[in-house]
Amino acid sequence: MSVLIYAENAGGKFKKSTFEAVSYAKAIAAQNNTNLIAISIGNVAADELAALGRYGAEKVLNVSNDKLKNFVNQAYASVIAEAAKANGADIVVLSNSFSGRGLAPRLGVKLQAGVADGAVALPEQNGGKFTVKKTAFSGKAFAVVELTSANKVIALTPNSYKVVEGGSAAQVEDFNVEAKASDFKEMIKDIVRSTDKVSLPDAEIVVSAGRGLKGPENWGMIEELADLLGAATACSKPVSDAGWRPHSEHVGQTGIAVSPNLYIAIGISGAIQHLAGVSSSKVIVVINKDAEAPFFKVADYGIVGDAFEVLPKLIAAVKEYKASA
Amino acid sequence: MMKILVCISNVPDTTTKITFTDNNTQFNTNGVQFILNPYDEIALARAIELTDGGKGSVTVINVGEVNTEATIRKALAIGATDAVRINAKPHDAWYVAYQVAEHIKANPFDLILTGRESIDYNGSKVAGMLGELLDIPSVSIIKKLDVTDAEATVEREIEGGKEVITIPFPFVAGCAEGVAEPKIPNMRGIMSARTKPLAVVEPVEVQTLSEIISYETPAPRGQVNLVSADDPAKLVELLHTQARVI
Ligand SMILES: Cc1cc2nc3c(=O)[nH]c(=O)nc-3n(C[C@H](O)[C@H](O)[C@H](O)COP(=O)(O)OP(=O)(O)OC[C@H]3O[C@@H](n4cnc5c(N)ncnc54)[C@H](O)[C@@H]3O)c2cc1C
Ligand SMILES: Nc1ncnc2c1ncn2[C@@H]1O[C@H](COP(=O)(O)O)[C@@H](O)[C@H]1O
Repeated sequence: MSVLIYAENAGGKFKKSTFEAVSYAKAIAAQNNTNLIAISIGNVAADELAALGRYGAEKVLNVSNDKLKNFVNQAYASVIAEAAKANGADIVVLSNSFSGRGLAPRLGVKLQAGVADGAVALPEQNGGKFTVKKTAFSGKAFAVVELTSANKVIALTPNSYKVVEGGSAAQVEDFNVEAKASDFKEMIKDIVRSTDKVSLPDAEIVVSAGRGLKGPENWGMIEELADLLGAATACSKPVSDAGWRPHSEHVGQTGIAVSPNLYIAIGISGAIQHLAGVSSSKVIVVINKDAEAPFFKVADYGIVGDAFEVLPKLIAAVKEYKASA
Repeated sequence: MMKILVCISNVPDTTTKITFTDNNTQFNTNGVQFILNPYDEIALARAIELTDGGKGSVTVINVGEVNTEATIRKALAIGATDAVRINAKPHDAWYVAYQVAEHIKANPFDLILTGRESIDYNGSKVAGMLGELLDIPSVSIIKKLDVTDAEATVEREIEGGKEVITIPFPFVAGCAEGVAEPKIPNMRGIMSARTKPLAVVEPVEVQTLSEIISYETPAPRGQVNLVSADDPAKLVELLHTQARVI
């Protein structure tokens, strides 16, 4: 018995969401008095791999097969399942990232495991029952799911578990599996990553704007504020529908669900479908010229005012704060 | 002739206020309007575009009880060729995927589309599970889908970007915004939907792997702390010293 964590990297580096997942998996291993093994696939430097020990991994399996350099869903799922079997891991943890959402269901089938996707808290294990709390109804509620199978797969929602540091460097081992040719039917032609921007699902701060901004030409202020705060930018659905911003920025029930530490909503009314995707943010700030806007009902801080007047002052205030910090 | 299968789910309308009954163990469906899952509408719209003008057929499949038939008829009205309902309560994604995979094994398709996720249970699981059960590729969240005779080109969403992938048929893909604009049924569609074939199939036995045992609603937030529009510096200070988020 052991816990296996799939440590996802982006361009050879581990992300914060990976450290969260390793910390989370470590806590599950501790609950069960067992050890935590990490698996990394792709080109990651040895010291980066060993550093996973700081978050609780005792051993890191390194899969550096050239064919597996880039994410191939089927093949990665096979490798992780093999590693779980070879190490007697009955609990597999991963991040509920875009790749994680591809892997978790395939792993569930391969391992005959119940899958808890979008987990937001540590499992509870009482009287032989293993339950996990996960998001449901697009952030409007949580469901407590019992995994009744012997093997279990858990995909952790980014920003819902704190990174815990403490351990020392992990032992890194090569892990080789014969990759099945039939696992490589898909071919990656191109990968486009805007490296200068904070990615929305992982962002700790999100600056989001709605139809109140009037037009795409006014997003300069939003981007400036986001840059100053190291934040990702987001928008409401009508804004992406109108083509003012890309679809990948649309948050809400039918868009991306985010749970940053700070969500700043500017010129967004706070329709129930928008709130669904953002209500698990830790702190919500609303800037809207209409004091009756529904968003104020779920906000922690608010400014009733015209965005075109408030934003320049807010940007100046953030600059001043940063200069003095 | 391209044969496309679109998996559709029947979900609470997006304006639904979510509440529970029986000591928070059951979703309260009282007064709730059910709709075709918005992402499945996107998948369906693309399937119809790809087969337009006699280039193929679009079958929709749903695992659900008889009350989902209104949603299935809506999909037929939008333009699906025919429909299959597997007559069972959709216990979880594994149960749904297993039933749909059994159907596909007996009735092969070139392309299987799902939504990126259902807006009730949000698993993004059915597509991947289907792929694994059928031992074919799956892409969980796509933003674009183009096909040629032999293969498809899709854009997969990744953190802060996209990946362009080519995949041979058959494969499974979960559709998100960008793949197509949802289609609204017209009068002719609505009329013809009544007579389009809707086959009802009984489910097969499946081992249970998970069970929802209860629900919780998020803790309500406190009163909003309003800051004057003339003094955004005060907001910055509060975010730093009180909320400690910057
Ligand atoms: C099936 C379905 C799914 C949906 N899914 C989503 C979803 O996932 N995400 C989503 O966001 N929406 C979604 N919607 C749409 C949602 O219902 C709302 O229509 C949408 O969120 C409104 O966007 P908005 O707040 O930007 O625009 P509006 O509702 O037009 O609000 C604009 C706000 O800006 C304020 N404002 C105007 N001018 C200024 C100014 N100068 N300064 C400050 N404030 C100003 C106004 O007071 C107003 O509150 C969905 C709808 C449906 C039917
Ligand atoms: N009961 C169902 N019957 C048929 N297809 C379904 C059902 N539930 C979910 N799906 C499909 O699977 C997709 C993803 O659902 P989920 O894995 O629940 O997020 C949905 O967008 C549908 O395309």
